[in-house]
Amino acid sequence: MSAPAAFGIDAGSTTCKVVAVDAAGELVASRLEPTRPRLEEQAAGLLAALCADLGLAVPPPLAATGYGRQLVRDTARRVTEITCHARGAFRALGHGGTLVDIGGQDAKAIRIGGDGRPVDFAMNDKCAAGTGRFLEHAAARLGVEVADLGSRALAARAEERITSTCTVFAESEIISLIGRGADVDAIIRGLHRSLVGRIVAMAHTVGLTAPLILSGGVALNPGVRAMMAEATGMPVVLPPSPQLLGAYGAALLALEG
Amino acid sequence: MSRLGHLVGYRLVGRPGLRLQRQREERRLEKDSAGPGRPLAPPLRSIARMREMMSRHYLEGRHVQGVRPVAWVTSGAPTEILTSLGFFVVYPENHAALCGARRRAQRLCEAAEDAGYSRDICSYARTDIGSLLSGDTPVGRLPRPDLLLCCTNICQTVLYWYRVLADHFGCPLVLVDTPFQYGEEPLPHEVAYVRRQLEAIVPAAERAARRSFSERRFALVVARAKEASETWLQILERARHRPSPLTAFDSFTHLGPIVDLRGEEATTAYYREMLAEVDRRIAAGVGAVRHERHRVLWDNLPIWYRIGPLSQWLAARGVNVVASTYANAWGELAPLMDPADPFESMARVYLHPILNRSAGQKLEAMRRMVRDYSADGVILHSDRSCKPYSLGQIDQRDGLVNQVGVPALLLDADHNDPRAFAEEQAAGRLEAFVEMMDG
Repeated sequence: MSAPAAFGIDAGSTTCKVVAVDAAGELVASRLEPTRPRLEEQAAGLLAALCADLGLAVPPPLAATGYGRQLVRDTARRVTEITCHARGAFRALGHGGTLVDIGGQDAKAIRIGGDGRPVDFAMNDKCAAGTGRFLEHAAARLGVEVADLGSRALAARAEERITSTCTVFAESEIISLIGRGADVDAIIRGLHRSLVGRIVAMAHTVGLTAPLILSGGVALNPGVRAMMAEATGMPVVLPPSPQLLGAYGAALLALEG
Repeated sequence: MSRLGHLVGYRLVGRPGLRLQRQREERRLEKDSAGPGRPLAPPLRSIARMREMMSRHYLEGRHVQGVRPVAWVTSGAPTEILTSLGFFVVYPENHAALCGARRRAQRLCEAAEDAGYSRDICSYARTDIGSLLSGDTPVGRLPRPDLLLCCTNICQTVLYWYRVLADHFGCPLVLVDTPFQYGEEPLPHEVAYVRRQLEAIVPAAERAARRSFSERRFALVVARAKEASETWLQILERARHRPSPLTAFDSFTHLGPIVDLRGEEATTAYYREMLAEVDRRIAAGVGAVRHERHRVLWDNLPIWYRIGPLSQWLAARGVNVVASTYANAWGELAPLMDPADPFESMARVYLHPILNRSAGQKLEAMRRMVRDYSADGVILHSDRSCKPYSLGQIDQRDGLVNQVGVPALLLDADHNDPRAFAEEQAAGRLEAFVEMMDG
């Protein structure tokens, strides 16, 4: 294993991620935890643990991204998720395109130019309907594990229509569908359709250019991936470790100094 | 009694008091030099005179009832006719902006909402209606109107808003309807239509003022309005200089007199003085933002309750918002004004505001401004409750990104209602936008 040369941390709303890269920008180690309320302490603890994993007495330069980036101490840089995801995706895949990052409380569409820089971006505003929280909320209501949502959506033989684009109102729809005896998998499939519809509309506002790259925790959901490909008619590219992409981009920026 | 109040409260005590206050502020500003840690240059000294003028205006408003005829008008109304007849003119929109800047707008909006006005209505309208119903205003008291003058060249909301005012005050309402402009030039019948309406203001205004209209005085006021607007435009255009001697936030702050007191002699003198100060800054190589790295164009109304923090935040990152379609609106019409043919030319002027023109025309105006002000990016304030200004911004943003090739950000907020503004989300987007300009 090459020597770690920089750290990146993505203090997100749902999960907190730290990664280490070597001098060539290759990922050498990572850690991921659900975000806890005391983010400042959590970030320090995660970084100390990463140092211990790698046997480092002194941490290398660090860059922070994510909602909690201002709470991370001893950073060389604090950069937004937009720039970090674009940088991480371009390095991991070697090409640009449209990156759709669906995180816990926001969704972003970023058009990455041929040089790896973000050209344009859009984010959901004042509403969590197109985000991971939408699915988490619904999963809790349906008594289904979040990790199983995607496969159950794909396995569904039917699809219920979830008309609402609001997380809270969608819950009301779910309750009435359950009350009518609708199949749970069909509801799950409908929820995915609703989320994907919203995300694709947002991706179009930045001028959707192929390929479509997915990142964030929701990228691990096979149902979302399949429906995104179907809705856009574009192949969906998944970078290695899509959940770590923001932290990876931050580490690359820390490496640049 | 009212004349005595006006004489004592306004002329003998109020005005000299405000003059002293201004002189004190000027001395304080004189000593104010931006330390190395401050991202912005000290405020322009002329801000003291601007504050004096606006305070004087609102102070006179407290004592003017029964002394001068009073008219309440929309921001795009042909006020020159009224000024020539000696009216004291109140701009509810300016008053609402003042409430916004003083962080009073939310509770006034809520007062209007409590009375049944929807939260979807323009937050200026809600602020003013709330102020009317509650009597709460930072200016002490607004005089009751003898006449209402409403021009639809900024939006259709004003039509309903002014009907509410007419009903509340029981005074005459004169409406000027301005056909929406899709082309470069208005059609002859449209100009004739608006001209006829401008001429029809005269008898209603004469009745309210109990004074006869004089075309000579009207032409004089138009000449002054033209000169003030031209000077205002020259000030704004000085921001083409690099580094820019002023920011769009400065222009938002200094906008009061050109809106409220256009056509008065003191207004022209004030803007001449401001222009001279801006020129001195250019000669001394002083930029409004100490380390100007990026130059940005602003579209739509200001976010009144966040002007200071937003201006500081951007300046700290080396971003100078050098121009705005909004402040420009009170300058760009100057060339159309013709004192030799006041009715005809003012009909053209009042047909032409950016809000009365198509989305494509607005994109063209922005494209020109990006070029003329060497802007590296555009912030389009998507204004929750100003639909006419915000409609078309998604296409305009696309045009700016894909045709003009500059980064453009749609920033969700509201001009006066802070409940439609999320600090954290706005900061995240602005930061990503600045990083994009950094490359």
